[in-house]
Amino acid sequence: MTALLERVAKAASTTAFGLSAAAVAFFLFVAAIVVGFLFWQTNNLLTDQVLSTLNAEARILSSEMNVGGRAKLTQTVTALSHPQGTGLYYLADRSGAKIAGNLNRIPPELDGAPRGGVFSYQPSTAGSGATHLAVAIPVDLGSDLHLIVGRDIEDQRVFADSIRRIFLLGFGLLSVAGLLGGLAVSRLILNRMDEITATSRSIMEGDLSRRIPMAGKGGELDALAENLNEMLDRIEGLMSGLREVSDNIAHDLKTPLNRLRNAAEAALRDPRGAEAYREGLERTIEKADELIKTFNALLLIARLEAGPLEESVETFDLGRFVEDVAELYTPAAEEAGFVLSIEVEQGVRVRANRQLIGQAVANLIDNAIKYSRAGEAGNAITVRVFRLGEGAAFSVGDRGPGIAPGDRERALKRFVRLEASRTKPGTGLGLSLVAAVARLHHGEVRLEDNQPGLKVVVTLSGKCLVPACETAGDARVSLAAQ
Amino acid sequence: MRVLVIEDDKETAQFLQKSLKENGHTADLAGDGESGLALAMDGAYDVLIIDRMLPRLDGLSVIKSLRAQGNRTPVLILSALGEVDDRVKGLRAGGDDYLTKPYSYSELLARVEALGRRTVPEEQQTRYTVGDLVLDRLSHRVTRGGDHILLQPREYRLLEYLMQHAGQVVTRTMLLEHVWDYHFDPQTNVIDVHVSRLRAKIDKNFDKPLLHTVRGAGYTIRDGPA
Repeated sequence: MTALLERVAKAASTTAFGLSAAAVAFFLFVAAIVVGFLFWQTNNLLTDQVLSTLNAEARILSSEMNVGGRAKLTQTVTALSHPQGTGLYYLADRSGAKIAGNLNRIPPELDGAPRGGVFSYQPSTAGSGATHLAVAIPVDLGSDLHLIVGRDIEDQRVFADSIRRIFLLGFGLLSVAGLLGGLAVSRLILNRMDEITATSRSIMEGDLSRRIPMAGKGGELDALAENLNEMLDRIEGLMSGLREVSDNIAHDLKTPLNRLRNAAEAALRDPRGAEAYREGLERTIEKADELIKTFNALLLIARLEAGPLEESVETFDLGRFVEDVAELYTPAAEEAGFVLSIEVEQGVRVRANRQLIGQAVANLIDNAIKYSRAGEAGNAITVRVFRLGEGAAFSVGDRGPGIAPGDRERALKRFVRLEASRTKPGTGLGLSLVAAVARLHHGEVRLEDNQPGLKVVVTLSGKCLVPACETAGDARVSLAAQ
Repeated sequence: MRVLVIEDDKETAQFLQKSLKENGHTADLAGDGESGLALAMDGAYDVLIIDRMLPRLDGLSVIKSLRAQGNRTPVLILSALGEVDDRVKGLRAGGDDYLTKPYSYSELLARVEALGRRTVPEEQQTRYTVGDLVLDRLSHRVTRGGDHILLQPREYRLLEYLMQHAGQVVTRTMLLEHVWDYHFDPQTNVIDVHVSRLRAKIDKNFDKPLLHTVRGAGYTIRDGPA
């Protein structure tokens, strides 16, 4: 019992309940005004009717007095005065003594009311104590006689009373139903809220895998739960990314830091003195630069994952730009024994971050040069730009050893360097930076089999594509197109 | 060259002051944005080096106030913040060049010297001459000792930039930024191959080399020993 009370009290203290209670109260208030006004109007109408009947009767009776005199009037009043009738009469002489009529006295409520009014009286037929309501007006018959003509309106009163009672009962029922409805609604919402609260509490306590259950009815609360769940997915992804990175930083940065320390120590111990110190310092700076590069790449990835970079978005021709970046690498690739070929679809205009796209292309070409065997047959590196579905894509393919299907997803993670590449220089961040750039442009990175070799495809969503009609006025000639 | 360093980290500021002095420049220091702004407005400096995050008044606001008051002294922004947007914001605020911490001193020096020289209106110059090497910006012709040298457009732009800064050290990053307009890390030394191809065209058949590699810093084009 107390548990139920507690639950009701909890539901009653919710915003939902408060709101529905306020809504019910407002509804009742307005309804009361409307009903009250109707009631008052009806009552007035009925009273007016009674009064006009009484006025007509008064005119007839006074004309009777004018024609037949006092005797005729007395006779008429006596005839009209039925003990059970609704017509009420009281005729008195100058001193106030009763001459005829079915009222016993001049009602005290009518004293000093020259235009008549409402009064209550005890009809002779009713049981003792029962009073009826009536309306009466005085009739002007000169100074000798007092005549009061009235009507019993007890029926009207009873009717009004019963209407009033029905309305009060109705209002009572409405309030109770409204409050119960409010309680029920707030209980429902409270249950869902409790679920959300419980979930978020266990998430706060460290269980990031918990999700808010959905009712599956597709209402606002489900939409809210879905959004919260999506947010939680993102947070969990970021958290696990962060955890992975900090693990990897500890692991992967320790090695170069240790090498840096060793280089400095070795230089200090070297008996050659000044010359060795100089060499040692140069090596130290070189190693520090590598570390800085790694940190910069990490920071950039973190920045990209934190959200969009609106300031530096530009509109440019993706094909022309990628061609341009590839051209930067052509001499270096040739020196390393590769043939860099570029196949570009014309007129793919995008609204994107030019420098980041450039970084991604640079990383991919650099990887292709680093990780595939130069000089052998099939030493081609192919850079492509093409439309893909609604969006655009660029790809870099090589004829190197490729990446086994099972390793592909892992290769996109930060600091992951597949065994084959551990001995080669590099930060282990190249591909994950490319993936972050793709995500920033609502696209993705796919590692594919180039048969043989590795093909990395970076897609940009259709949101980045600029419609062709906007490019009509652009007649700039690329300096780089060689 | 008179340089003003607005930087709140004492050690960095003193390192810069000492190093710039060794290279024949004088450097004044300011430890916060307000005093830095006051000094920059009063003193006739050739270059301002401004850290982005400063006490009292941040770096970008200092630059904006300077520019609003008509002061056009070249500004090199130093920043510990990440790249991309921050560089764009810095340049938009009125900075002339942007360097992300940590940077190498040789990179900073090369940029400061390049900025200091910019006060001379070099942009309007139609001919660059280094020794017997001549680059005509109107006809896009390059000759050495009267012989015409045929260059690819990119090689032409590379040479143009180097000759614009003749006698100064130009770093690989500066080349990447100004010749290619790339503000990202190319991972490998792609610039070196381009420079050596240019060198093959302008120096190979001549006794006296003009394009020199400056160890640990970059390149310079000059008539005389490196």
